[in-house]
Amino acid sequence: MKRLVLLVGIVFVISVGSFYLIHLLPGNPATVILGFGATPEAKAILYKQLGLSKPIYLQYFVWLGNIVHGNLGISFISQTTVSSVIRSALPIDGEIIIISQILAFAAAIPTAMRSARKPDGIVDRILGAGSFTLLSIPPYILIVVLVLFISIKLGVSGTGPSAYVSFGTDWITNLESLSLPAFTLATGSFVVYYRVLRSDLIATLQEEFITMARSKGLSQRRIMWRHAFRPSSVALLGAASVNIGGLLAAGFIVQYLLQIPGLGYTLILAINESDFLVVQGIVLTVSVLVVVINFFFDFIINMVDPRISRE
Amino acid sequence: MSSSPNLIVPNVSTLGVKEEPGQPLGLFFWICVFWIGLNLFGAIFANVLPLQNPLYENFNAINAAPGLHHLFGTDDLGRDILARVVYGSRVSITVGLGSILIGYGIGAPLGMLAAYRRGRFDAILTTVMYLLLAFPAIIATIAVLSFWTPRSLLKIIVVIGIASIPLVYRVIRTATLSVATKDYVIAAKVQGATDRRILMKELLPNIAPIALSFFLIGVATIIVLEGALAFLGLSVNPPTPSWGNMINEARTVLSQNIWLALFPSLALCLFLIALNFIGDRVRAHFDVAENKL
Repeated sequence: MKRLVLLVGIVFVISVGSFYLIHLLPGNPATVILGFGATPEAKAILYKQLGLSKPIYLQYFVWLGNIVHGNLGISFISQTTVSSVIRSALPIDGEIIIISQILAFAAAIPTAMRSARKPDGIVDRILGAGSFTLLSIPPYILIVVLVLFISIKLGVSGTGPSAYVSFGTDWITNLESLSLPAFTLATGSFVVYYRVLRSDLIATLQEEFITMARSKGLSQRRIMWRHAFRPSSVALLGAASVNIGGLLAAGFIVQYLLQIPGLGYTLILAINESDFLVVQGIVLTVSVLVVVINFFFDFIINMVDPRISRE
Repeated sequence: MSSSPNLIVPNVSTLGVKEEPGQPLGLFFWICVFWIGLNLFGAIFANVLPLQNPLYENFNAINAAPGLHHLFGTDDLGRDILARVVYGSRVSITVGLGSILIGYGIGAPLGMLAAYRRGRFDAILTTVMYLLLAFPAIIATIAVLSFWTPRSLLKIIVVIGIASIPLVYRVIRTATLSVATKDYVIAAKVQGATDRRILMKELLPNIAPIALSFFLIGVATIIVLEGALAFLGLSVNPPTPSWGNMINEARTVLSQNIWLALFPSLALCLFLIALNFIGDRVRAHFDVAENKL
């Protein structure tokens, strides 16, 4: 319940922030958004959308009223509604993120277990040094290097810039075109998940119930998965929750390089074309999405480990 | 003399738990410090060093490979990549240091005060900071910088600096909380020390290692963020070089010129590895648990 109040508070802060963005523009918002040659009709629509003729605090409520009804305004470049622009771009971000998370978990869980079995052993040290180095490689460098060597030097088709094909058209080509972006995002997440899970597993393995399980003669594998991984998975879920915002942002970067028409590419195009209502709509959608996903993760973590909600 | 402490202080290590005060810094630590120093030196003295003009466009040497005339090669406009990498470090380092100083200047005193005073002041401030933290920093900075035009170095520093305040606040508050209930702080209070004295003489020195460690990691995080903004074309305007916008420029000529992408990427990664490593070593040296950061 307390969390729900907090969620409403956060969404309120985000809405005020996104609303106020328009007023950071130098000069009259209508002139800046529409340009000087705007028709009176276009101006009338924008005034109605943003309530520009009213004082600023009333403008917020006019704007909010429109948003609640799903009306984010009209893109003045493509003349389509902002909500339809977002609706066509968002699934691509979703697809990249889901693939990357499957890859990241599939890599992080076994490696973290391997490391935790012998902390400071040779495997753990190599993985530790490797993950520390990967931690210092930002996604915009990793994706450039990957494109450079895989798409250009090795000439693997379907992975380079503007190779994107929608899932509905041809799902194999679609997966090929998203493979490098998903791999880039997966690498960033893998490092975080590996480090969190490793240190949590090491702590869990020192607990008395593990000693108990060992003395019962249970197999190493069973102890890892059934007894140690379950309590440690809470830390993993927490890390995944915190990671969502960064993932979306990293997704923006890889889309921009490869010209994949997801939210990020759309956002940067809109910024360069001064299509401010699209920018505002995307910022609002993404921020609310991050907060709601975090909230959802909190809920799952509480289900997995009910002790947390009692703290 | 040198061996006497060992006689007085017995080894209290029991149950096989290591009781070392902290890990030694090691050789690689000093290599990293040297590397950061070298980068700072290059950034400060770029004008004096025997470098070519980073803005001079030599159309006779476009997309040249590394050679004697251009050690790192040239870009698609014939500009010397080495000079641009060295000058480019200025933007990253200025934004990194400037923003984290804003973050510490406001976030650290608030965090210390909140943890020391507790009560309603702490409750309200902490709630506000958590609300601000919910706004993903990179999306917020992209949003503000795309509307708040024209962009300048100062605006970028201010926006990222403000975005870092809640993070610094949280780290410093947590660190101070763990110290504020220690016996020596209570002893100082009982002796009638002023709040100011307790904050400056008792609390500050004890949270300094965590503060320093997070400062270095914070600079690295901000440099990554600035690079991302520059890569998306939202940082300083060309032709001013920065590591991020050089990688952005390399984007369009990847198949003709790999050096333009490779050298700024390498410079950025090495700088980040060094910063992160120093931050991590400082933390380990003063024996602060990783989860406190």
